[in-house]
Amino acid sequence: MATIIFYILGFTALIATGLCITRRNPVHAVVYLVNALFALALIFYLLGAPLVAAWEVIIYAGAVMVLFLFIIMMLELAPNPVDEAAGPGWMRWGPVLLLGLVLVACTVLLILVDGQSGEGVPTYYASPQDFGYALFSRYALAVQVVSFQLFFAAVGAFYVGKPPKRRRKEQA
Amino acid sequence: MSDFAIDILLILVKLGLIFAVLLTGAAYLVLAERRVLGRIQRRYGPNRVGPFGMMQPLADAVKLLTKEDFIPAQADKPIFFVAPGLAAVTALLAFAVVPFSPPITLFGREVPMVVCDLNIGVLYFLGLSSLAVYGIALGGWASNSKYALLGGIRGLAQLISYELAMGLSLVPVVLMAGSFSLTDIVLAQNPVPFALLNPVAFLVFLISTAAESKRIPFDIPEAENELVAGFHTEYSGMRFGLFFVGEYINMMILGSMITVFFLGGWIGPVLPPIVWFFAKVMAVAFVFIWMRGTLPRLRYDQLMHFGWKFLIPVSLINVIVTGALLLWLKG
Repeated sequence: MATIIFYILGFTALIATGLCITRRNPVHAVVYLVNALFALALIFYLLGAPLVAAWEVIIYAGAVMVLFLFIIMMLELAPNPVDEAAGPGWMRWGPVLLLGLVLVACTVLLILVDGQSGEGVPTYYASPQDFGYALFSRYALAVQVVSFQLFFAAVGAFYVGKPPKRRRKEQA
Repeated sequence: MSDFAIDILLILVKLGLIFAVLLTGAAYLVLAERRVLGRIQRRYGPNRVGPFGMMQPLADAVKLLTKEDFIPAQADKPIFFVAPGLAAVTALLAFAVVPFSPPITLFGREVPMVVCDLNIGVLYFLGLSSLAVYGIALGGWASNSKYALLGGIRGLAQLISYELAMGLSLVPVVLMAGSFSLTDIVLAQNPVPFALLNPVAFLVFLISTAAESKRIPFDIPEAENELVAGFHTEYSGMRFGLFFVGEYINMMILGSMITVFFLGGWIGPVLPPIVWFFAKVMAVAFVFIWMRGTLPRLRYDQLMHFGWKFLIPVSLINVIVTGALLLWLKG
């Protein structure tokens, strides 16, 4: 049962992601990506990690994608059919194809090396307590390092996004 | 019947009951709001249809169902169709984790009075309330109208901002209860509700839920005299009805959440638990209606400043202080 649901969810996520990257209309792409993230959240739930599933929905579907949508709506990015002649075909599709091939190769390798873990059955059920203890005691240092990195990134983004002094004077 | 079949049947019965109570509750909340607002403004409000106007919600439903369902020519049809449903469904789904009474014993079986007591109930509620944004944003965008688009953008910005304060004000609750499960949170408030133990979190949560429900004084996504009707300008008939009912269902959900998180849920003396629960939810809904009747609308920049520069810092400090106090009390 869990295996069947897992495969259905997996295919949903794949199809949604595929549709997401092929849509011309950015809002449609966002909707498909939300679908894909939702399917991923369900897969996490299926694999015995309810906390990660909830975070996937709250943070990715609920906050990050909403910000994407916000920007798209603010900039009024209308569907633009005139993009065809921007360069030779392989320039547009090449990098994506390469990345996709690498990912597929990695997945195939993983399945060949470790075929047993593709069962779609929770091997370990992580309750919120277990997850919290693991995160803040065993991996406390890693969590701190990552959070500092995020903090630096936020400060960096603020610094880079700040208009230079000369321009600010002109604006004022 | 096997145990499994009985369990499924029980869940279906509970779902049916909750749907019935929520939908009639939402319909009569509309009537209550119109009556109370009328009284606040020294007029009677609707009192023609049936005794005391009690049949007004039915008349409204008939009107909405028989009206023309208008679709703008340039609208993005699939999204335009789905958006009102999204707004209503995300509100309805949140009720799955709300415990409205302690478990009761029926025919020798213990029946928990909650559809699904998730061990991540708080996060489930937060997740759904963050998904509720899509109904507004996509509805506003798909209408292909400037008013609706502006309403959608404002709605997005407002809901993201106040969601942060809402989530942060729940952290002290989770800290004090030591659990993400709503049943455990209610049980942890047995002698003293969290509203008295942590009034700061309570006030922040109350204000941010008022903002989440997009009602006056936080109704800039649909500000009538600026944006016609904001994100649902182009909607008519039952699609508009779904947005409208969704708002009132949302009000009941947020009322139940305030009840569960801060007012001690079903706990109370003398009266049966379910009556206490319902009374508390109605009291919160009345406060929302009261606020709508007395307060003017905030300006957009005032709203953003209040959210980001006041509510979020206050709730962050509250998290730190509560955490430190709990650690100190533990020794």
